Amino acid sequence: MAHAATHDHHDHHGAPKGFFQRWVMSTNHKDIGTLYLIFSLTMFFIGGAFAMVIRAELFKPGMQLVQPYFFNEMTTMHALVMIFGAIMPSFVGLANWMIPLMVGAPDMALPRMNNLSFWIMPFAFLLLLSTLFMPGGGPAGGWTMYPPLSLQGESVAYVIFAVHLMGISSIMGAINIIATILNMRAPGMDLLKMPVFVWSWLITAFLLIAVMPVLAGAVTMLLTDKYFGTNFFNAAGGGDPVLFQHIFWFFGHPEVYIMILPAFGIISEIIPTFARKPIFGYRAMVFAIASIAFLSFIVWAHHMFAVGLPMGAEIFFMYATMLIAVPTGVKVFNWVSTMWGGSMTFETPMLFSIAFVILFTIGGFSGLMLALAPADFQYHDTYFVVAHFHYVLVTGAAFSIMAAAYYWLPKWSGNMYSETWGKIHFWSSVISVNVLFFPQHFLGLAGMPRRIPDYNVAFANFNMISSIGGFWFGASQLIFLGVVIHCVFFSKKKAADRSWEGAKGLEWTVPSPAPFHTFDVPPVIHDDELAHGNTEH
Amino acid sequence: MTSGGIGRSVSAWAAGAFALFGGAAWANPEPNQLNMTKGVAEWSPYAMHMVALWVCVVIGIVVFGAMFIAMFRFRKSRGAVAEKWSHSTKLEVVWTVIPVIILIFLAHLATGGLTSFADTTNSEMTIKVTGYQWKWRYDYVDYKGKGVDKVGFMSKLEETSNRTRQLKSNLDPAKIQVDGYATYLLDVDKPLVVPTDTKIRFVIVGGDVIHSWWVPALGWKMDAIPGIANAAWTKIKEPGVYRGQCAELCGQDHGFMPIVVKAVPKAEFEQWLAAQEDEAKVQKAAQTAQTAPAAPAPAPQG
Repeated sequence: MAHAATHDHHDHHGAPKGFFQRWVMSTNHKDIGTLYLIFSLTMFFIGGAFAMVIRAELFKPGMQLVQPYFFNEMTTMHALVMIFGAIMPSFVGLANWMIPLMVGAPDMALPRMNNLSFWIMPFAFLLLLSTLFMPGGGPAGGWTMYPPLSLQGESVAYVIFAVHLMGISSIMGAINIIATILNMRAPGMDLLKMPVFVWSWLITAFLLIAVMPVLAGAVTMLLTDKYFGTNFFNAAGGGDPVLFQHIFWFFGHPEVYIMILPAFGIISEIIPTFARKPIFGYRAMVFAIASIAFLSFIVWAHHMFAVGLPMGAEIFFMYATMLIAVPTGVKVFNWVSTMWGGSMTFETPMLFSIAFVILFTIGGFSGLMLALAPADFQYHDTYFVVAHFHYVLVTGAAFSIMAAAYYWLPKWSGNMYSETWGKIHFWSSVISVNVLFFPQHFLGLAGMPRRIPDYNVAFANFNMISSIGGFWFGASQLIFLGVVIHCVFFSKKKAADRSWEGAKGLEWTVPSPAPFHTFDVPPVIHDDELAHGNTEH
Repeated sequence: MTSGGIGRSVSAWAAGAFALFGGAAWANPEPNQLNMTKGVAEWSPYAMHMVALWVCVVIGIVVFGAMFIAMFRFRKSRGAVAEKWSHSTKLEVVWTVIPVIILIFLAHLATGGLTSFADTTNSEMTIKVTGYQWKWRYDYVDYKGKGVDKVGFMSKLEETSNRTRQLKSNLDPAKIQVDGYATYLLDVDKPLVVPTDTKIRFVIVGGDVIHSWWVPALGWKMDAIPGIANAAWTKIKEPGVYRGQCAELCGQDHGFMPIVVKAVPKAEFEQWLAAQEDEAKVQKAAQTAQTAPAAPAPAPQG
């Protein structure tokens, strides 16, 4: 039906035949979405390889494998690659693929810019990763690039140029997403009928536009401090090293939510599908995302409780940070209420979503503890923090991306993935990730600082457990790769248009795989067909 | 605490937690240690930490409990039919208001902790701590209202740890012990000696890049930043040796600049300080004697 509609009386045709034409010159939101997803999966494995080096060196006390400086390069690169290369682009990839399908638009609003914003990324990361092979090595001052330490590195200019490129890419991506959502919705797709995923991305895109220029400013000041004799952050020249931290975290905290709000959106799509019940409190979910986004601008100094802020500032940032627990709590309670009274099945996307809710909440608990400034004097810069942000970023953001991949793979590829192997991947990941990160809470509380290549023997047992979990989790992701490749190229099981029994929303009204062009004619919207069409409160 | 009720429940929680985590009163990192040290100083975030932990555990049990009940009761395989409701203002108000109340309680406790931490007045001595790549410098500024004359020294990783931590040294870190405690990477050539039962004010600065001075048993860390003098205080209740590390990434040897604080009774400290002052005088005299013959006085070093 819809298939016929997409090919009716239009001079559109299928994908271009030539490889270069199709992928490098692409202006198609689906192909660019695929490119983003492949790129981010590649970066996930590269960043993962760096993590393996870190966990291998930390396997037991004593230095066995790498020099401390190289270890610092690994921690720095691991973070930069995972944040800017894996998590963020994969969300953009999902946005590219799904937002036009979810709002009934034929493509993204600005297709050529879409191409550019993707193709900047490989060059940015080539530049960043190439520093590892240069004399002087890659950046080793941490992904936060605090001066004066970061200015001691020889790769400053490369890293900063790479960050600028990533920022440009993100800003263009964000503009495109906002333009698409605000201008290209099918008639009848009111803002408050949009899927929560679309809402979460609309808000995230505004965060990106607001803070990426701030990061660009901060790193540009680093650049001029290093090469042009300015003294923004140089105390000897009247500058202030803490100024950098304020600017950086003014970017950095919204950045944290840039990496989690789309995850909230994904989970809010998947749980109703497999609970066969509409999302509980749709409007509250949207408002919660908006309030978290707002609060993200006024909490940045909670990353800096130990820099010696005046007490008034500590109190303000502590209260503001604690406040975030309220809308976040609403989201968690609403997900649980969505499940309550449903008719649940537990396919792989649902399993990842449930794990997300539980494990992200654990990350939220440690987040609440970290918000309490006096306790943070003890937690700050320890493995407790490492455990915290890996719970929210790995079992939070990364799990939501895997959930999304399993959820929409049938729509993308036209084939069903292997449910058995999907579940093996899930259970292997969810157990190993806890073996990996849970003991790090203990290490931090016992007194192990983060970013150290070697440690006292008191920390030996939990580090070894954590490393074993790390290798296991890393290996588990090869299963994911296998499942995806099998699904796309080898799976014999065709996916139905509505691939999941309880799935609602426009994306399930188009054929599987989604044809090259969809919604050339805006779809007629029936509120019952929408995931959130009947939310009249 | 705010009221008797809260105070009692807080101590009940703390007691429960204590039983759970073994209850040993460790001050320095111990193998398989699960929880934060209670510390040895008057100011400690331990109670705050335990309250927050138990608040989280209780909320976790409620939320995850509800979730597991839902997952068990409302499965399609058990014949559950999906209900249609998707909203309840009453419930949403409840789970907005209850967290707010819990947060106000936590904020109240934390504000008290911050206020007492920020108060560095009425200190009986001042020590200046300077972070360098990759060692610490301690300068005794004043004690009991009197300036201390030229007592200051560098404190860096002791030599056996330093040899053992070299790449592929094949030396066993577990063998480095002091009084039965494995001190690998947690021992220095010259510790900071301080008196117990004395309110000590630390002035903390960075000499090159940012470092962070952290001894878990004292309950806090404070960044050592070039161009900024940060202040913090402690009042140690029990004599002992307390070990910590730099907590802010400061370059390749960030993991190898430990901190050791040796807390001794006041009388012992005063003796030690006097000896250090004498030593400084002797050294100074020796230096002047050496440099005296040179005709124009050389520029002061360092």
